[in-house]
Amino acid sequence: MNAIEQATAHGRDLISAASTLAELRAVEGEAFGKRSRLAAMTAELRGLGPEERRQRGQELQEARAVLEGLYSRRAEELSRSDALRRAQAERLDLTEEAWRFAGAGGPLAGVLEPPVPRGHLHLVTQVRQELEDIFVSMGFEVAEGPEVEDDWHNFEALNMPPHHPARGMFDTFYLKAGQSESVVLRTHTSPVQVRLMESRRPPIYAVAPGRCFRRDTPDATHLPVFHQLEALVVDEGISMSHLAGALDAFTDAFFGPGRRARLRPSFFPFTEPSAEFDVTCWVCGGDGCRTCSGSGWVELGGCGMVDPAVFEAVGVDPERYSGFAWGLGIDRLAAARTSLGDIRELLDNDIRFLTQF
Amino acid sequence: MRVPLSWLRDFTPVEAAPQDVARALSFLGLVVEGTEEVGPPWPGVVVARVLETRAHPAADRIQLVDVDAGNGEALQICCGAFNMKAGDLVPLATLGTVMPNGLEIARRKMRGEWSNGMLCSAPELGLGHEHAQKGIYILPPDLVAGSPLASALGLGADVVFDIEIGPNRPDCFSIAGVARDLAAAMRLPFSLPRPSPGAVVPEVAAADVRIDPAAQDLCRRFTGTVVENVGAAAVPPLVSHRLALAGMRAISGVVDASNYVMLELGQPNHPYDLDVLGGGGLVVRRAEPGEALVTLDGVARRLEPSDLVIADASGAPVGVAGIMGGSVAEMGPATATVLLEVANFDPLAVSATGKRLGLHTEARTRFERGVDIELALLAIERFVELLGPHVRRGPTTDVGRGAPVQPPLRLRPSRVNMLLGTELSGEECRALLAPLGFVSEADGEDAFSVRVPSWRPDCTREVDLVEEVARIHGYDRIPRRMPSRPVAATRLSAYQRSRRELRDALVGTGASEAWTNTFVATADMVATGLGPDVALELENPLDQSQSLLRTSLLPGLLRAVRFNRERQAGAIALFELGNVFCRAEAVPAAPGPVPGAGTIPGVQEWEQVALVVAGEGAGSQWVVRAFEVLRRSLQLDSLGLHRQDQDPSPGPGALVNTGAFHPGRVAAVIADSSPIGLVGQLAPEVASRYELNGPVGAFVVDLAPLLGARRPAPPALAVSRYPATDLDLAFVVDDGVQAQDLAKTLAGAAGDLLGGLALFDVWRGETLGAGRRSLAFRLRLRAGERTLTEADVSRVMAAVVQAAADGHGAVLRQA
Repeated sequence: MNAIEQATAHGRDLISAASTLAELRAVEGEAFGKRSRLAAMTAELRGLGPEERRQRGQELQEARAVLEGLYSRRAEELSRSDALRRAQAERLDLTEEAWRFAGAGGPLAGVLEPPVPRGHLHLVTQVRQELEDIFVSMGFEVAEGPEVEDDWHNFEALNMPPHHPARGMFDTFYLKAGQSESVVLRTHTSPVQVRLMESRRPPIYAVAPGRCFRRDTPDATHLPVFHQLEALVVDEGISMSHLAGALDAFTDAFFGPGRRARLRPSFFPFTEPSAEFDVTCWVCGGDGCRTCSGSGWVELGGCGMVDPAVFEAVGVDPERYSGFAWGLGIDRLAAARTSLGDIRELLDNDIRFLTQF
Repeated sequence: MRVPLSWLRDFTPVEAAPQDVARALSFLGLVVEGTEEVGPPWPGVVVARVLETRAHPAADRIQLVDVDAGNGEALQICCGAFNMKAGDLVPLATLGTVMPNGLEIARRKMRGEWSNGMLCSAPELGLGHEHAQKGIYILPPDLVAGSPLASALGLGADVVFDIEIGPNRPDCFSIAGVARDLAAAMRLPFSLPRPSPGAVVPEVAAADVRIDPAAQDLCRRFTGTVVENVGAAAVPPLVSHRLALAGMRAISGVVDASNYVMLELGQPNHPYDLDVLGGGGLVVRRAEPGEALVTLDGVARRLEPSDLVIADASGAPVGVAGIMGGSVAEMGPATATVLLEVANFDPLAVSATGKRLGLHTEARTRFERGVDIELALLAIERFVELLGPHVRRGPTTDVGRGAPVQPPLRLRPSRVNMLLGTELSGEECRALLAPLGFVSEADGEDAFSVRVPSWRPDCTREVDLVEEVARIHGYDRIPRRMPSRPVAATRLSAYQRSRRELRDALVGTGASEAWTNTFVATADMVATGLGPDVALELENPLDQSQSLLRTSLLPGLLRAVRFNRERQAGAIALFELGNVFCRAEAVPAAPGPVPGAGTIPGVQEWEQVALVVAGEGAGSQWVVRAFEVLRRSLQLDSLGLHRQDQDPSPGPGALVNTGAFHPGRVAAVIADSSPIGLVGQLAPEVASRYELNGPVGAFVVDLAPLLGARRPAPPALAVSRYPATDLDLAFVVDDGVQAQDLAKTLAGAAGDLLGGLALFDVWRGETLGAGRRSLAFRLRLRAGERTLTEADVSRVMAAVVQAAADGHGAVLRQA
């Protein structure tokens, strides 16, 4: 065993003998640091000839690297075991609390638990549940779908083949998964329409609430993460007058009697004819105020008759069936109803905000 | 698009009030986002007649001009231009006038002589005639001195609508197109006037324009006309003024005419300086690989063979087809002859090139939506007409002409009424479509054959015609009725109902609901003790710090808790229900049921519930109680807590979140012998990274297996009417024995007589020895149909003591 090997062996012994992180740190200098034999030998290199110095220098460097590797592995082991030791020392049997609580509220209760004020559901949840209840009462079921979607359900089946210019209406987030730009965060709840129609035959009367994503810079009226409620009706003999009637019925239930929905022509690739729908301003009742910028109407969402191309994509016969669909913003409804100026407050989760509703 | 009302009136005699016009446009789907009332231009500027020009006694760069501003008196003006002579009419900015550049005209002395106003050049008035005329703007001789300049030039007040045009209406990216729709809706006539340009001058060469054979699929039509003597060409003031109202700056006669034609008709076009075009002609071809071109905005662009370029006849590129011209053949003050290019390019090719180059231009906007192939010749005629009588134009060359001819569409009025819920006759349908340019002929009974006009490439199916009928008929005239489906009872699904009950139970603990961002940063995950490498990454995050999809609800909730603590909130408990995501290979199969989740390759998505509590009183005890509240509210009888290190096959939620918890103060939530989540105290280093002092409690549980553990509605248990006996027993056990395990053993041993079981005291002391504790349980015993006997109680006691000793080495502590 030459001197370098001996020095290495010594360092290795020191490192493996340390049983805590503190001990390990204490031996670093002697094992391969400034006070080590390797360091002393490195200092002696100066006296050697160039060739010998190069070779010995390299050997010393390698030995040092070996010890450094050992040191960091040992440090990791010890910090894990330190943590385990601490965990062991601080261990609590959490099931004790569960069984202590088992008597509360039952016949074994020794003392009453003090009452606590209820917490609050998020405003967006409250509005979503209210919407669900209204549509259930109108005979709709509540459907759901995934937030991460494939290109087919988010675009192609909705009459937006690759490179379709209408895709530009949505600023889409893509995931690094599968082929490039093939997996998206859904830009709307409309893919749930496709999933519903793929999974069964009409008649379909459904709403689909859920989270959607668009690559919009957040501002007072936009969030890149937001919530929509989709509606889909597919049956024989469904016409645009049913769409208008259903919107009226919803408006009546949600905003109160006397409120009306109105349709204006618009464009969406997955509906034809397409429309935007407005409702009578809930603040002024149609007289004109700040909320509706004087028009008496507030824009709520987009709607229309399901495009025959969508029916063809999911294998529904457009000559036999027709249908309507709409999408509206749940957060926007929540903000509008509470006169919330900045929609970003919905995401702050400030307890003073949450407990108002 | 900004649309002046006066310009619409060139095509249709609309007299309605501006707000009615705006409403009509909005109800056509041409949404008016703003209506701006604009006064006549240049208030204070009048037409003045030059009476006499005199030398300034003390200066030779300015002269004195006496003008008559309409009252017959001579008014002295100092003027730096010398291009006017007695008798000329010129614009005079009277005292007090504020010029377009903000300068206010006041009476002042120039080198000792009074100037009582200012004579104006065309650029000073915002009219871009700088190439055409130097010096003061000499007005046409037939105007009346003293009249306001605006009315003398035929310019008045106007109303400008700011209209949002959808991607489906290429024809409405033009004033004429908007006017056509408006006329149809307001039941007014519409006409596209034929321009009357000067006759073709035989001496002017025919334009040399060609389509390279390899580019024929991308260029449907290529036309060109040479126009000479454009140096002196001036467009009428009305043209410059309307361009300004539409949001474009007036530049020179040729450029203004070109822009005006594009806005008016929707046909993009490009005038090239013919004298700098190599070979004196143009060819449209695919770009060479790596070919470069400096566009008009001064940026060097690299092109690819999928791009279409306009090159001169010598082959040098001079423009990116349909998007932007090159700077080489840009028009300048010296341009005398132009070659006007009016073409029609493939929408998808223009769109792809524009997207790759990141170039948004007026031309691209129109071409990528589809320009009417029949417009080219009309656009050329209009361009030449606008340049006035002094230019000389050659014959037009027209090549390509590969117009895709759309076959007629079949329209069934019965289908119209079925889809709209209307009762329109066939004749009514035909009459509604006609003003938009659709020509209908009867095709058998109850059907029409409808020819689609060339400007409506968006109409390719019967249903597109149905929409046109609905638009012009008016959406507000469609009757309203509820869908009359057969009555069927509907309700939320069992899962959805359970989820609501869960929310209610959590609210009952005093916690409030948050919703937090789906996007998290790598730093958030590391701070929470979660491994970022299992997370799915966004290809195009809004912000690099928000580039991962959350694998857990904890980071978002911790951020929300910190946010509140920073704002002086005291103790706080927040919970959330939401979807979380992992790379598919990183975790075991996600528990359902997000319908459809699991079909996306490489992605696991599932629903989770989590709660975080911090501040005074927070910690593992609080969350264990909160968890017990929801367990008991939802009758999740089969769920149990268990020491976390005991089970080898955790579900994804338990697996992903392990690193967030204190390893000695966490319990797994067990459903069906598999951990579906974790309850406990967060690791102290996690809490401190979120600046939270003291213990922070949390739970995180996968939702579907949690709700799946609900027991079905239980049969009612008869309540015993006989008295009960409580048995208080304290057992000394090793710390390694969980209260849960001992309790289950006791319950099992006590059998049917057990009516309740709870832990009421935990005690440690030296007398018990290190690592041991006393757990005191109260067992309530009762029988359903009789009074308990001493023997019953003794038997149960013996059984439970024996079972505790056998199962856990527990020793009954003697009181």
